[in-house]
This record gives sequence, structure tokens and C-alpha cells, in this order.
Amino acid sequence: MSNIKHLTPLDFGAEPMTIEIGPSHPAMHGITRFTAELDGEVICKMEPDIGYLHRGFEKEAEAATYLQIVPYTDRLNYVSPLINNVGYALAVEKLFDLEIPRRAQFARVIMSEVSRITDHLTCNGATAMEVGAMTVFLWFVKAREYLWEMVEEVTGARLTTNWTRPGGNANDLPDGFLPMLEERLKKVEAVLREGEILILRNKIFLDRLKGIGIMPRERAIAHGFTGPMLRASGEPYDLRRADPYLVYGELDFEIPVGTVGDCFDRFLVRQEEMRQSISIVRQAMDKLPPGDFHCRDRRVWMPDRYDVYNSIEGLIDHFKIVMEGPCPPPGEAYQGVEGGNGEVGFYLVSDGSGRPVKCRVRPPCFNFVAAMPEMTVGHYIADIVPIFGSINMIGGELER
Amino acid sequence: MSSIHAPRQIGPALAAPNETPPPLTALLQQTFAGQVQGWHKQHGDETVVLGRERMLDVFAFLRDDPRCRFNLMIDLTATDDLARVPRFEVVVHLKSIPLRHRLRVRIPVALAAPEVDSISGLWVAADWYERECWDLYGIRFKGHPNLKRLLMWEGFEGHPLRKDYEKGHVQPLVPMRPVKERYDYGERYDPVRTPPPPQN
Repeated sequence: MSNIKHLTPLDFGAEPMTIEIGPSHPAMHGITRFTAELDGEVICKMEPDIGYLHRGFEKEAEAATYLQIVPYTDRLNYVSPLINNVGYALAVEKLFDLEIPRRAQFARVIMSEVSRITDHLTCNGATAMEVGAMTVFLWFVKAREYLWEMVEEVTGARLTTNWTRPGGNANDLPDGFLPMLEERLKKVEAVLREGEILILRNKIFLDRLKGIGIMPRERAIAHGFTGPMLRASGEPYDLRRADPYLVYGELDFEIPVGTVGDCFDRFLVRQEEMRQSISIVRQAMDKLPPGDFHCRDRRVWMPDRYDVYNSIEGLIDHFKIVMEGPCPPPGEAYQGVEGGNGEVGFYLVSDGSGRPVKCRVRPPCFNFVAAMPEMTVGHYIADIVPIFGSINMIGGELER
Repeated sequence: MSSIHAPRQIGPALAAPNETPPPLTALLQQTFAGQVQGWHKQHGDETVVLGRERMLDVFAFLRDDPRCRFNLMIDLTATDDLARVPRFEVVVHLKSIPLRHRLRVRIPVALAAPEVDSISGLWVAADWYERECWDLYGIRFKGHPNLKRLLMWEGFEGHPLRKDYEKGHVQPLVPMRPVKERYDYGERYDPVRTPPPPQN
């Protein structure tokens, strides 16, 4: 592959063939279109075309109150919606300079890590399926179901969680949740082990993923990579360690780092991160303190129903929060959280009213898809599948 | 709760001239005299408002100087507000992995000359972010290799995230391409019920 990079089609008097891959294509997770120029089967030029799932998150957010935006954030990275919820709530709380109770912080950490495990299970399972290992995909999806049932216990939905609010969480972790979660985590660990035994020594899997889509460390940083992609390229940058938020500073976990930066490294980094996430959840479950799951700031938190119906202050607060939205002081805040793909940043600008002037999501997979040409040129067309799978492009997050 | 009598203030108030700036801002103010139009450190996010003229020098300094070393370009976006002069502001978030600090740089851009220099030569990541900014706000980036629309289609009219673009605005419909049918199905079998293509 790499030894014919220097030869162009003109050397043989041939013309490159331009083909369109996508947008409606089983391997284009969601809808992304690649226009590739091929020399035989080798890609000489490639251009991604995105925008097929652009739903106008930012425009809608400018018309909605800070509370109404939370369901929109579920639909950003829709395989790890709780991380988006948490990131947005943290950004709004930063605007208000709010500190939420420790129990709520630990609960957010637990749910974020569970979400991260489901994200990585989906990505690795889909990657395995696309190179042929269908069984591993089905097993990982089974493991994902165990966790989604847990998410459903807490939030009421598997995907459209809408769980955090500025100032806390919508509800507390239910009774008996922690032992149930521990039991599920054991099952997930067993599935991870079974899946790894099945593919990590398989020659076909290794040939399809090793040495493909290499992104060296300096180039990855120049491209703005964050998350598992950057860690697979060799840079141990994890927001939970570099800029700790919530209670990650008190939890102990390791950061898996790759060496080469190819698809196989990314697969392994995600596998190991799932194990680290399970360890984080167990530590957080041990340390979960009793207390409130929300703050009592009347600027953001809806008063109890009793107060709404029996006191004028409660009525006024409820009315203002519903009709006008929580009104932060004029300001701007950026909060990045470590999402399944990397740094999911929320940048909010407020003018003192209940609706943001600007609600920006910094999408981590934007950088990865922008770097696709660099990663695929020189490879065969069949290599697009593992490379694109290892990126974990989520359409909702890429195009908001 | 917002007061209906207070004038509307978009974003935070910049620091007063007598306040001491944090070290990074002070460094920028010393090295590029007159370019730093204001700063603040609200909520712990160090922010600098920069002028457009020597943008590339400032960003090259931020990336390469050993006291700054902002090797990761996190985000490049723009904000818009009709009541503000100048109307747009390009907002760049930077992060230094070795030195662990962050910076936000805001560059005011007027509607009359909606153009700034492209920083895609310094950080490759900026390439697509600037394309998105052009697409959604209409701010051009001088020196960008491929400033095309990214999220919208090529025939899209307008720039959707501008505040004067209504949320419910309907784009002109892309006309149906005339397609010559190879087999004439005749009147009895017309699966799509569209008028026959123009004879040309």
C-alpha cells in the first residue's frame, strides 16, 4: 500500500475514477458522503461531505430557554447522551457560578461513565461487525442493553435521557440501583472478555486494522484531535485528568495510551477505557454520599409543588423559570467534558435573559472527519470502513 | 432575574483599565501593544478581545512561544448580535497541552467588512471550523485553501446563524432535474405522478 503512494495514475496513462460513497450507505454510520478518486483500488484523493443531519441545534437553542435546551443535548452524541446532558448542565452552572451537592456530582459521574461504556461498546462492536466479526457486535450490543436498562431505571429512557438540569439532576438514583448496577457491570466485564478472546488474536481482524489510518501524534494535535483518537496516537490527554470537573479529581483511574495511532490502537484504547470506566463507576458507587440531588438556588431550580401552590414566592419562581427561563448574569462560559469521542465543549453566551445569545457545541468528531482525507489517502478503498469505524463519527454530534 | 430597566449587556463586562490582568493577558499586552482591546477572566476563563490587524502574528505567538504553547485549537466559532457594534465576533478557544492553560480569543468583525485572516495555516483543525463559520455566519477567512459551505448545500441562500435569518425561513426549492425516461410508460402507468420532462 504505502510503497505505491508516490506513483500517480498519470504514470500509467490511466485516469483516476471518481466514485461517490454514500450518503446512504451501510458503512457510513448515519449519513456522510465521501467523494473518492481511485487509482485501481487505491485512494488518491478523498473529500468528505457532511451536513445531511444538520438540524439547527444552535439556532433552536437561541430560541429556547436554558431549561428547554437540555432535551436537545440528548440528541447530539446520541450513543452517550448523558455526557452531553452533563456537559451542558455544567456550562450553565458555570454561568451561574453554581456548585451542586456532592451526591449529584457523584451521580453524574456514575451515569457519565455508564454512558461512555455504551458509546465505546457501540463503536467497537460496529467496527468489528464491519470487518466481518458479526458475533462480537451482537455480544457488545447485548452488553449495551444491560447498561441501557440501567440508564432507563434512572432516567426513564434508554437514549433520550434528558436527565440533568442546571443545578442538579432531574431525579435521584432510585433505591436498589447500586447493587443492580454492580451486577450488570460484572456481566459487561464478562462480555468484554469474551469478545476480546474472540477477535483480538484473529488474523483477519488484525490485518484489517493494524497499520491502517495512522495519525502521528503531532499531526493529531495539529488536527485538534481529543479523546480516544488522540490517546491512541500517543498523547495522554484526558480532560478528566487535565481539567478535572465534577469529582473526577478524587477518583483514581488510568489513561490508556496507544503508540502507533492506527485503527487497532484506537480499538484497544476504547476497550481499556471501558474497563477504566467500570472501575470509576465502582469507586463512585463506594463514595456516593447521602444528600440532595439538586441545589436550592431559586434562580434555577423549580420550587416544590407545595410551595408553588401555597406561597407567592414559589408561584413567582415557578412562573419565571418556566416562562422566562433561568436568567444567568450576562457572561460567557465554556465547559469541556470528556465525551466518548473527546472534548465536548459547550460555549454559552448570556445577556441576562433566559435564552442564550449563543449556545455552541464543540463537536469532537468534527476534527476526525476533517482529517479523514489524510488518514485514507494511500490506502485501499476497503480500508475506509475500519478507519471510519474507528473514528466513531456520530452524525448528531458532527452536524448538530 | 433580569431587570427590564437595565440596558441589555451581551456577554460579560470587560475588565476596567486599572485592574491587573492575568499573566498570559499581560504577556499579550506587552508583546502586541495596542492589539488587546480588552480582557476578562469571568468564571475562570481567561478571555482576550483582539484587534484584526495583526491576528496572524498574535496566533503564531500563542502557538509557538514557550510561555504560551497553545498547540490544540479547540474551537473556532462566531457570535452575532444585531444590537452590538461591531456585530460579529469570531471566538477562538485554545488549549495548551504541555502548559495546561486555556485561552479564549474574541475578534470583533463588522458587517461592512466581514473578513479575518485564516488561522488554518497554524492549526490544521481550523480548516473545517472556518468553513462552518463562513457557512453559518458569512465571515470570510483570508487565505483559507477551500472556503466552501460545509453543513449547507451549495445553492443555499443566506447565512443561517445570523440573527436576521429567521428560524422559519424557507429556502427556495431546488428544481427537479428533467430526467429522460428510457421506457415510455404511457398514460396508464405513472408511478410518480409528475409531469413529463420537458422535450429538449
